[in-house]
Amino acid sequence: MSDSTWTATKAHEAQFGDYVELLKPRVMRLVIFTAAVGLIVAPNPVHPVIALATILCIAVGAGASGALNMWWDADIDRVMARTAARPIPSGRVQPGEALAIGVALSGLSVMMLALFGNLLAAGLLAFTIFFYAVIYSMWLKRTTPQNIVIGGAAGAFPPMIGWAVATGGIGVESLLMFALIFIWTPPHFWALALFRNDDYTRAKVPMLPVTHGEVTTRRHILAYSLVLAPIALAPAFTQIGGPVYFAVALVLNVMFVLGALRLLGRTKQAAQASNYRAEKRFFGFSILYLFLHFVALLTEAALRGFDLNWAHWPVLF
Amino acid sequence: MSTFRPQHEIYTRRASRNIGLGLALAVFVILAFSVTIVKMSQKQSEDPRALNFDPSAPSSEASE
Repeated sequence: MSDSTWTATKAHEAQFGDYVELLKPRVMRLVIFTAAVGLIVAPNPVHPVIALATILCIAVGAGASGALNMWWDADIDRVMARTAARPIPSGRVQPGEALAIGVALSGLSVMMLALFGNLLAAGLLAFTIFFYAVIYSMWLKRTTPQNIVIGGAAGAFPPMIGWAVATGGIGVESLLMFALIFIWTPPHFWALALFRNDDYTRAKVPMLPVTHGEVTTRRHILAYSLVLAPIALAPAFTQIGGPVYFAVALVLNVMFVLGALRLLGRTKQAAQASNYRAEKRFFGFSILYLFLHFVALLTEAALRGFDLNWAHWPVLF
Repeated sequence: MSTFRPQHEIYTRRASRNIGLGLALAVFVILAFSVTIVKMSQKQSEDPRALNFDPSAPSSEASE
């Protein structure tokens, strides 16, 4: 046997970029941003080096859970147009490699967060990884149309972890940031599921439009949007909020509910005729919605940094 | 004739992996070192014999 026969051929050689892709860099960006906001808006200042290191740990932990998700879901990723080009279904990375990377980075990120930050933050990160990889990917995703409702918790933890790094605890503010992402996730993903229904049907993933149809899904999107609005406004009346956040959240939530109402009024025929244009717009807006809420929290923190406190602003929580 | 064997093509094939992993490890080392310096420079209450011992800071044992 020559020394080249045991190695993979060039066609199957995974490059560094393929491994990075396993970590779902787009999801990581949102995780980095929300975790950073959670850390920055907390009342206790954190040294910039510690902040950078801990946010990196949270990002790597989230990436590791993404790799584990890709390892577990490779079979359904293969049949869905949206995910067919991912590293495992496209044959660029072997499933075993993804599992090894996922497990190794999970352990490393949790351990380093415990050392760089504190045990509570590390424990929350470990639970997030477990929740996303085991509870959501392995259990809920293929068994219940409520998969995304419960699974959404995994994406909601990063600001809470950032807050825990700074304060060493859990506060009403971090719980509200968690609730904001948690309740936002179902309408966000159901809008996606409406125009990716064929994909989920083919992959036999019981998303709400697959199991209960479009009408029920549109009703659920509206219901969650209505529940989301007060939760999104509540942080305005905490230590981390203020009138800037309140104004931004008010406008965004009115737009979100109106968008959900518009979706409710559409029939399947009308949606198909327009190639799900309104649903795609709602999905795109939902990303902006979440991003701007956290930008508003950052703005409030920056204003507090300049000693611009709202003396008469009610802090209820 | 060269006295060295030609380099195996696996090194060029895996160049991006090796460089990427090398850079990632370098970042990790720099990060761990920087955090260590910052943590050691901060006041702490754990050990009264430490140079940066801060008696006014709450003790981790007391809080437990």
